[in-house]
Amino acid sequence: MEDMSQYPLELTGDDIPMVRFMNVTKRYGKLTVLDRLNLDVATGEMVTVIGPSGSGKTTVLRMLMTLETINEGVIYVDGKPLTHMEKNGTLVPASPKHLRMMRSQIGMCFQHFNLFPHMTALENCMEGPVQVLGMSKAEARKRSEDLLELVGMIEKKDQHPSRLSGGQQQRVAIARALAMRPKVMLFDEVTSALDPEVIGEVTNVIRDLVNKHNLTMLMVTHQMGFAKDISDRICFFFDGSIEEQGAPDALFGNPQRERTQQFLSAVKEAG
Amino acid sequence: MGFHWKWDFTWEILPRLLEATLNTLIAAGAGYAIAIVLGLVLALAQRTPYRALTFVVREFVEFIRSTPLILQIFFVFYVGPQFGVRMSPWTSGMIAIGLHYSAYLSEVYRGGLNSVGKGQWEACTALNMSTRQAYTRIIIPQAVPPALAGMGNYLVGIFKDTPMLSVIGVAELMHTANAIGSESYRFLEPYTLVGVIFLAISLPAAGFIRVFETYVRRKLGLK
Repeated sequence: MEDMSQYPLELTGDDIPMVRFMNVTKRYGKLTVLDRLNLDVATGEMVTVIGPSGSGKTTVLRMLMTLETINEGVIYVDGKPLTHMEKNGTLVPASPKHLRMMRSQIGMCFQHFNLFPHMTALENCMEGPVQVLGMSKAEARKRSEDLLELVGMIEKKDQHPSRLSGGQQQRVAIARALAMRPKVMLFDEVTSALDPEVIGEVTNVIRDLVNKHNLTMLMVTHQMGFAKDISDRICFFFDGSIEEQGAPDALFGNPQRERTQQFLSAVKEAG
Repeated sequence: MGFHWKWDFTWEILPRLLEATLNTLIAAGAGYAIAIVLGLVLALAQRTPYRALTFVVREFVEFIRSTPLILQIFFVFYVGPQFGVRMSPWTSGMIAIGLHYSAYLSEVYRGGLNSVGKGQWEACTALNMSTRQAYTRIIIPQAVPPALAGMGNYLVGIFKDTPMLSVIGVAELMHTANAIGSESYRFLEPYTLVGVIFLAISLPAAGFIRVFETYVRRKLGLK
């Protein structure tokens, strides 16, 4: 058993990070996917995670969305433990109720969009606010239409996902996640399943979000140019831990570690 | 006696058989209503994180599917009273046939529920929905269209199995045909009519189910 007394019940101090991974370890059976990960994301910061497949980068986002449990360590969101909760002065694994409370601060977009196929674009966006936040339909409609406008999908609001292209579906998915007003947005390879010619329409929406909103964002992507343009910080993952991290210009322009150099040159060759 | 068909006798018994047809339809409808609800309960119970519950329900479904319906009908009707559960033929029959088909329908639902991708569940979690909200709003609506064909097959199936209720004296179509036969010593006309009536209902029903499936898919905006 891990000694939980090393973890604070909540974070205190002047600049509490929006997200803190503290010694987070994730294993699948004997395979260690993430090994004692320590990572802070500041409020309003845009952090991009890059790295070869199998390096654990998607797992980072999935743990934060509580789609995966963790084996060791603690994740904090806005200073409060996400994966754990306080009980009798110590941290114990979070109850479903605690997870539901904490999860409301986090939104996620997926590689394969995961829109609800039996609902129109507008209904997809309204579903969370109405069902989960208990908002009135009129209010939820207003909010959803504003967001569909933001992502340029207002004309298609009454279409079902099967009638939309991949890029359009992903833009609706972004609007759907934003409708819940999360503090942290997670983008998990949101352009990987798209045809090359529509990648731009999705990256432009994310670019807009970065420029105009003070959202904290964590993104996994293979679009290096895009990552370089919009990120505050890049984390290069290798073999379950952060091999190197830094400002985009530094990491892409002058990588220090050999594995980073190898990865970046391999990516460059691939186009 | 020979092989000759008596039309006047046919017309004479037809009203009685049509009346019994109504009973058959009621039996099939009521049994199916039980099976549709109970089947969903059995399917969902096998998806909970409680392993003991899952195991018990799984074995129960296997048990029901592996023993003959007629045995289950007899069991409920004749063994029940020995434990102080005394029910009319109708009630016993509805319970037995409803239970039997709920086991089959639970398998159909299970297939439908499994056909909904993991990504849909993840989207529900990302939107912070409860398990209940995820099922009622997202998962079950998508599980219905792929389950409809199977559900339709069992609707026709339960209809065709209602004659088994005649063994405990439910006055449905088969029971009535038997009664007519033993009163008049003519079996050709009543049994033939029973066959024709079953055919006349089953065939259009199967077609109707296909149309309904297409309608539901379109209504839900699915391909």
